[in-house]
Amino acid sequence: MAISMNWVKEYVDLENVDLKELATKITNAGVNVEHVSQHNLNNLVVGEVLECDDIPDTHLHRCLVDVGIDKRQIVCGANNVRCGIKVIVSLPGAILPGGFEIKTSTIRGYESNGMICALSELGLEEDTPENHAKGIYELPLDAPVGTDVVKYMSLDDTIYELDLNPNRNIDCTNHIGFAYEIASVLGKKVTLPDISTNPIKDSIKKYFTLEIDTPNCTMYNAKMVKNVEIKESPDFIKNRLIAAGMRPINNVVDISNYVMLEFGQPLHFFDKDKLGNKIKVRMANDNESIITIDKKERVLTNEDIVITDGTKPVCIAGVMGGANTEVDENTKDILIESAIFNSYNVRYTSLRLDLRSEASLRYERGLNYEYTSMAIERACHLLEKYASGKVLNDTIVYDNIEKKEKVAKVTLEEINKTLGLNMNLEDVKTSLNNLGFDYKESKETFTVTIPNRRLDVEAHRQDLIEEIGRLYGYDKIKSVLPTIPNKSGKYVGAVKYRKLISNRLRSLGLNECKTYTLISDEENNMFKYNRHEQIDLNRPMSSDKKIIRQTLIPSLLKTYEYNKSRNVKDVMIYEISNTYFNKTEEDTKIAILMKGNYINNLWNKTIIKTDFYLLKGILENVLDYLGLKNRYHLKEAEIDGMHPGISAEIELDREPIGYLGRVHPNISKDDIYVLEMSMTKIIDKKIKPIKYKEISKYPSIQKDLAFIIKKDISSGTIEDSIKKAGGKLLTNIDVFDVYTGENVQDDEKSIAYSLTFSDPTRTLSDDEVMQVFNKIIEEVEKKHNAILRDK
Amino acid sequence: MKEKVESIKNELSEDLKEVKNIQDVQNLKVKYLGKKGLVTDLTSNMKDLSIEEKKEVGRLSNELKGLVTETLTNLENKINNEELEKKLKNEKIDISLPSTKVSCGAPNILEKLIEEVEELAISMGYDVVEGPEVEKDLYNFELLNLPKGHPARDAQDTFYTDGDTLLLRSQTSPVQIRTMLENTEKTPIRIICPGKTYRRDDDDATHSHQFSQIEGLLVDKDISLANLKATFDVIAKKLFGEDRETRFRPSYYPFTEPSVEMDISCFNCGGKGCNICKGTGWITVGGAGIVHHNVLDNCGYDSEKWTGFAFGFGAERLAMLKYGITDIRTFYTNDLRVTNNFDRKDV
Repeated sequence: MAISMNWVKEYVDLENVDLKELATKITNAGVNVEHVSQHNLNNLVVGEVLECDDIPDTHLHRCLVDVGIDKRQIVCGANNVRCGIKVIVSLPGAILPGGFEIKTSTIRGYESNGMICALSELGLEEDTPENHAKGIYELPLDAPVGTDVVKYMSLDDTIYELDLNPNRNIDCTNHIGFAYEIASVLGKKVTLPDISTNPIKDSIKKYFTLEIDTPNCTMYNAKMVKNVEIKESPDFIKNRLIAAGMRPINNVVDISNYVMLEFGQPLHFFDKDKLGNKIKVRMANDNESIITIDKKERVLTNEDIVITDGTKPVCIAGVMGGANTEVDENTKDILIESAIFNSYNVRYTSLRLDLRSEASLRYERGLNYEYTSMAIERACHLLEKYASGKVLNDTIVYDNIEKKEKVAKVTLEEINKTLGLNMNLEDVKTSLNNLGFDYKESKETFTVTIPNRRLDVEAHRQDLIEEIGRLYGYDKIKSVLPTIPNKSGKYVGAVKYRKLISNRLRSLGLNECKTYTLISDEENNMFKYNRHEQIDLNRPMSSDKKIIRQTLIPSLLKTYEYNKSRNVKDVMIYEISNTYFNKTEEDTKIAILMKGNYINNLWNKTIIKTDFYLLKGILENVLDYLGLKNRYHLKEAEIDGMHPGISAEIELDREPIGYLGRVHPNISKDDIYVLEMSMTKIIDKKIKPIKYKEISKYPSIQKDLAFIIKKDISSGTIEDSIKKAGGKLLTNIDVFDVYTGENVQDDEKSIAYSLTFSDPTRTLSDDEVMQVFNKIIEEVEKKHNAILRDK
Repeated sequence: MKEKVESIKNELSEDLKEVKNIQDVQNLKVKYLGKKGLVTDLTSNMKDLSIEEKKEVGRLSNELKGLVTETLTNLENKINNEELEKKLKNEKIDISLPSTKVSCGAPNILEKLIEEVEELAISMGYDVVEGPEVEKDLYNFELLNLPKGHPARDAQDTFYTDGDTLLLRSQTSPVQIRTMLENTEKTPIRIICPGKTYRRDDDDATHSHQFSQIEGLLVDKDISLANLKATFDVIAKKLFGEDRETRFRPSYYPFTEPSVEMDISCFNCGGKGCNICKGTGWITVGGAGIVHHNVLDNCGYDSEKWTGFAFGFGAERLAMLKYGITDIRTFYTNDLRVTNNFDRKDV
């Protein structure tokens, strides 16, 4: 929002106020003045070009220019310089933006005593090629020669660019509202503009009837002005509109905008003759249509409010007028509308039609009904003055506004307790006076009436405390730690486990990743292990971010590719993030991706390359760390997206929790290993506390043996049999060799085990160990058709 | 006898001159001290001697045995040491060759920052609580004093997933709502809630459709803005240096009143004004305020009895300021060349 300080000066006295300092004060009180722009121009006068000749062999012109004090020769290169036009002349001594100083100089042998300026050279327009091509700026022909251009063009204005919070973009988006804010900060009073008129003896009621047929219009004021003369606006209106960022069009349109920027109340002007004799406000019918002033047909719904002439729509309330009643150059009589419509409907309609405007935004944010009535009078005042209009002496008013005074109580103690300040009664009174809030005080309790212009302030002590505090100044607050009982903080719930597992994975050499939750269809169709109903966004922004992921693996693969393309060869990464499905269900997943060398020393050949068993080791390390030893196992399974021979499902307490293995070569040619499992399922498990377990004091006996078995029999099943036959005395099994090749049939393999026997209470005899050992051999041979291999 | 001893001694010193390696020493041991060695031989005819003579011969031969043993052992040790030294010299390695890397994984940069704040908060008695990212509109907006059609919803253009009731949360504040609602005993609350949040933004260097917030909530009796300021001081100094100053500026959030912006004095220029603080000497790092009475009442905490403060930081913003990162996408691309630099203790 741009505020013209020349404009604001009409409502609040800014004599001797430094506008830069004021901006800082206002910002510190909570209305953020983002930028202060002041034109620092001097020595600019209106000149008239009296003579203009081409300088041979150049694009330059020798001009004789009347600048009031004298007639002087100036060399000018612009195409559009010519005899008779009025121009902006910067005299020697002028300093243009960028520090460029104008001096008397000689160009191609011709003396030049100043410069004829383009707007872009004065910093009044952007320095673009298009603006450059426009050449020098031509002033109106009636511009008085020798006048100070800064005054003439109102370039002495200071513009505040406001960055408003949603609460203050109600009242500070108009110049009067902002004047009140300045008055609060400076402790001054606001003078409202002249809204008086000299009405003619004629009544609008002769011409119009009003019918409101919807509760979504709570106030409707209509006035009529006859015989308006459509022409250019006076300079002050044009300049102020430009300063506030609006383009001047003609006096009537400009006055409508001017009043909106003044009071914040949007107005609509109808051509009285085109409108007929009736105004009816109602909800539109579905599929009803109207051609708006931008010549487009708009199809309406029953949530749009429309103004009609009794039958057909003539305006989409709060959004845009209809072409059928538009004010044009032939318009004589005007009907002015100043109304309040339901903000929700205006918002809905303007969003749906993609027609958000300065006006519709103001309806959306809410309007002060006091200004609704004042603004229409102000418009009449200006139309009378600047469009020679004749104002009719009455107003059609529909007023269904619930007018409740906003009154709240607050005590001095409450103020100080909440702000942590030590204000006294006078401090509070000063704040309230400056705010312009009426109040009564007794026994340190303030009863405050909040003015209507502050729609954002509600009738509650907390609202008052904020207003009082921000004006008094938060810089006066001294830090005091809360006096509350000491207690220790902690990670609560799943986050505790996430931290534990995350730290463990980092210490195992895996790097943590954070990737995006939203993924594409393509990514969503990868690794479809254990899928549920997916969650799609209602309105995705792009096709690569449209589904909430149920697996993290595609994102880790993307991270792998990113690093690979940057020549990072060994990628060991993990992510722990939430996944979602079935509308609201959550599953926190742990995902790991490993590719390349886990330990790497090329020159001395110490290399541990990622393979299935390394990833399996990481898995076991993490689950054992979480106290789940002996409660999980791997099950052969075909997993979508995984190498069918190098992948497994992870079961915990016989419940599947995820999978691991090598990525299917169809997805990546690289030997990438991944794991994904549900943290939610893991942390659901009850875990026994750590207990001391005595290590046997007696010597253990170790025995080795090897079996030849069919290739498709897994070592795990052999181990199960060994364990079963070994009973209590067998305390450990290690696999120390797996062999295929010579002396073993093609469909067979040899696996060698090292078995440890011990008893915590005694030394075992060779005999009893041999007995168990033989039982093991017998069991395995029988059950798996295995052959004991010769030592 | 004495002559014999002398002659053996002489022979030994001649032999010693010829010794070249450990084998030569072994040979001499056999020659002098072996079963048929020269020294052993001295006592071979003792039985024919008188007691006196036996004593004399015994003494002399023992002396000689001692001398020869010592001499040969010393020589043996000397040669052994020389050979070991030679061997060790041959085993010398080039210590400048590259190590076998043993590495821990690095935290994600953003997570490192979040963990730093979490640890500080825990030390101040705050619990770290998380909540769902797919959230109800009720918790993300409505109970936070942001009813449907509230203009402040505009600033948080939200991803809805199911009609207008379910969404990807646009802020971590719903965790505060959940915590207050779930605490049925209505006891004091001290939590921080870090987490992922989502808004409809096109990704570029300073915008991201996915980002993270760290929010804090304290609900108790008689809580003031001064308490909030002191809490902010602690966090600001921990993250950005002990000499940081802080200030509050009035602001607006629908769920707090009064609301403030939290600024720190610029850590780059110390307040003089520079590029980082855009010449103001101050940098805004978060928003905060006294919990709005509607929010307390919505969550079953009687606003006539309870007060509280809430604060919130954009985790990416904090990390970008702290580590000098200029592109927000850095946190989500996970370039391991970048990440690895963060596997270290921060000062």
